[in-house]
Amino acid sequence: MTRKQRRLVLIGASLGVLAVAAALVLSALRDSIVFFNSPTDVVEKHQLPGTRLRIGGLVKPGSVQRGDNLLVRFAVTDGKTDIPVRYQGIVPDLFREGQGVVAEGKIEPGGTFAADTVLAKHDERYMPREVVDALKQSGHWQEGEAKASGSAVR
Amino acid sequence: MMPELGHYALVLALALGLVQSIAPVVGARTHDAALIRLANSTAIMQFAFVAVSFAALVICYVTSDFSVATVFENSHSRMPLIYKFTSVWGNHEGSMLLWVLILSLFGAMVASFGGNLPATLKAHVLAVQSWIACAFYLFILLTSNPFLRLPQTPAEGRDLNPILQDIGLAIHPPLLYLGYVGFSIAFSFAIAALIEGRIDAAWARWVRPWTLMAWIFLTLGIAMGSYWAYYTLGWGGFWFWDPVENASLMPWLAGTALLHSAVVMEKRNALRVWTILLAILTFSLSLIGTFLVRSGVLTSVHAFATDPTRGVFILAILVMFIGGSLALFASRASALKQGGLFAPISREGALVFNNLFLTTACLTVFVGTLYPLALEAITGEKISVGAPFFNLTFGPLFVALMLAMPFGPLLAWKRGDLLGVAQRLVAASGIGALVVAVVFAVEGGQSVLAPFGVGLAAFVMVGALVDLTERTGLFRLPLTTVRARASGLPRSAWGTAIAHFGIALSMLGIISAATWGTELIAVVKPGQTVSLSGYELAFDGLIQRPGPNYSEVVAKFKVRSGGRTIGAVEPSKRSFSARDMSTNEAALMTRGAGQLYLSLGDAGNDGSVAIRFYYKPMVMLIWLGAVVMMLGGALSLSDRRLRIGAPKPAAKSALAPAE
Repeated sequence: MTRKQRRLVLIGASLGVLAVAAALVLSALRDSIVFFNSPTDVVEKHQLPGTRLRIGGLVKPGSVQRGDNLLVRFAVTDGKTDIPVRYQGIVPDLFREGQGVVAEGKIEPGGTFAADTVLAKHDERYMPREVVDALKQSGHWQEGEAKASGSAVR
Repeated sequence: MMPELGHYALVLALALGLVQSIAPVVGARTHDAALIRLANSTAIMQFAFVAVSFAALVICYVTSDFSVATVFENSHSRMPLIYKFTSVWGNHEGSMLLWVLILSLFGAMVASFGGNLPATLKAHVLAVQSWIACAFYLFILLTSNPFLRLPQTPAEGRDLNPILQDIGLAIHPPLLYLGYVGFSIAFSFAIAALIEGRIDAAWARWVRPWTLMAWIFLTLGIAMGSYWAYYTLGWGGFWFWDPVENASLMPWLAGTALLHSAVVMEKRNALRVWTILLAILTFSLSLIGTFLVRSGVLTSVHAFATDPTRGVFILAILVMFIGGSLALFASRASALKQGGLFAPISREGALVFNNLFLTTACLTVFVGTLYPLALEAITGEKISVGAPFFNLTFGPLFVALMLAMPFGPLLAWKRGDLLGVAQRLVAASGIGALVVAVVFAVEGGQSVLAPFGVGLAAFVMVGALVDLTERTGLFRLPLTTVRARASGLPRSAWGTAIAHFGIALSMLGIISAATWGTELIAVVKPGQTVSLSGYELAFDGLIQRPGPNYSEVVAKFKVRSGGRTIGAVEPSKRSFSARDMSTNEAALMTRGAGQLYLSLGDAGNDGSVAIRFYYKPMVMLIWLGAVVMMLGGALSLSDRRLRIGAPKPAAKSALAPAE
């Protein structure tokens, strides 16, 4: 095999692998990414029930209700719109009323958000950046309230 | 006094760094031996000054000097001594100081142990190393000075983030940084070679031990970080595809590729241009990782407080080094001569395959990590790319890599015999297939992927052993010959087999824990018993217990299996008053290679408590595999060190008596 042929084989193989990888990435990006919305976005964009998404805002004070079997109901608010959320499981340590929260799940036909993951901030000084942006959008953000940086971890 | 001393020492290190950035380059140009030699002393002195600076900061923390802003922000007088010490790097400023400490340590090591390098190459390597160091000294001094004093001394500090008050902080960041920063040496060697316009097999021999060392530390650092996250976050996950984790995985993937391509360059003098490029890319990915973590563009536990000027500064460093090095590469690479020829089916071909898949896998991680940032910057749309994306992209590429892995070491250099190798792997594939069938049958056909994955891991493990038995002649030759052959086998061959075995072990652990792990979330009252996968958990009640700088609620449980009590576990929740935060201390019980994992949720008013109870079969193999990989690397490294001086002919070592 000559040097030229050898190089062609190499380049061909590389392009082949890259093409496969590109196909994998594109199909995965189509199927597995999750969009983030503020409660106002959810209402205004008329998100279809069943679409997977993330919502973020503050846990509305006075909205947390605990039911049997670790059922938790609460409302996520950006100051303008509230979305009722239902979650079954153990909420993070720093899940508190009036504090930032991010929930991932689906909207049910009744308008309730069925969350399968609830993330709270991980440090009392910071707020998830997504929540800060959602609050800024709705005009309920005061500079200096908390530093705009975050640490949202399950 | 101490903070000023530390600050001053860092400024002196910068001054030395500036000298070292220029003098050796000029010396190499003008053939001035004195200027070239100067770099040796400045590199060692730079390390000494950074070490003094670091020690000064350690003293500030250990003596709880709250007049220093970072100590006030991140420490507390009642914290145990070990955490006072580790909180030095549990914040942005201190962790950057640790970064440059390790960078200057590597520079000093090249200066001390690089005696056999050609003088000008060494001079250039140390100069490039110093360019990087100066950029980061400036970054620290201008934007992140850890020695800044407060106008008034507060009486008490604000405490270290409780999540970080763990022994993991003592181990994970230093190891990770030793890995990240260690790749700077490969980078400096690549730039030096490009500046000199000369590169040969000897270059690869010099670079390989440094790369291997960095790789060993990075492997351990990532594994340690994974285990820390596993036991500290309270829900039993060991890898989250969090951007910060990806930032450490990318240099690991590129570094692993670099290790393999450097072998081709050293043995066959081929793939030279590619190896240089990989060396540049690997450290560039380390820099990108530093940027992602330190600039605050990401939301993550690792993003300590952020400040936009820092992000811009690191971005400037990033652009300068990555852009500059790639431009240099583009202008010089074509001048490098072509290397040795090889057929596609050969050891070289297999290593090219390895490189192709590792770099492509690295690319998919890169896309998944940066795409959300790019999309938000362009359209303002916020998305999250999580585990499903990486499972769909990274997963298949890694499977292909694992499938090919046993073939590589068995193929001959230059031109290999694929059929012959396939015949030698018949046993391994047979065992792999058998494992697939057995697992499939035992599992009852619940999942197709898991049995296949376990079979693949078995194939790779047996394949690694086949490589060793083939080379030593085990089962074919008399035992005395086997022993002689085994001791004559280069340690790097043992290292390869062991490291490949290790990655298969990790894969087995991941598949097993992800597929056959069971979980139970429940509320339990005192006296109540719950059971999971044959283990019974009896709740005895909650007790309060004070700690040094926290108070904790401890839940006492007894674990029973087969009607017999096998032990007690005590998960707890700690409240830290200084920060109004709590942490979850999961209780782990190791059963063979598996673990029982218990963490607490909220306590009720009636003495009940919510629990998460997991059984994770073979989960320990994930980290054990990483340790095995590290051992393989270390064995290979010990081989290199012997060979660095004068390469021993292979024939001689085969006849050498057993050690």
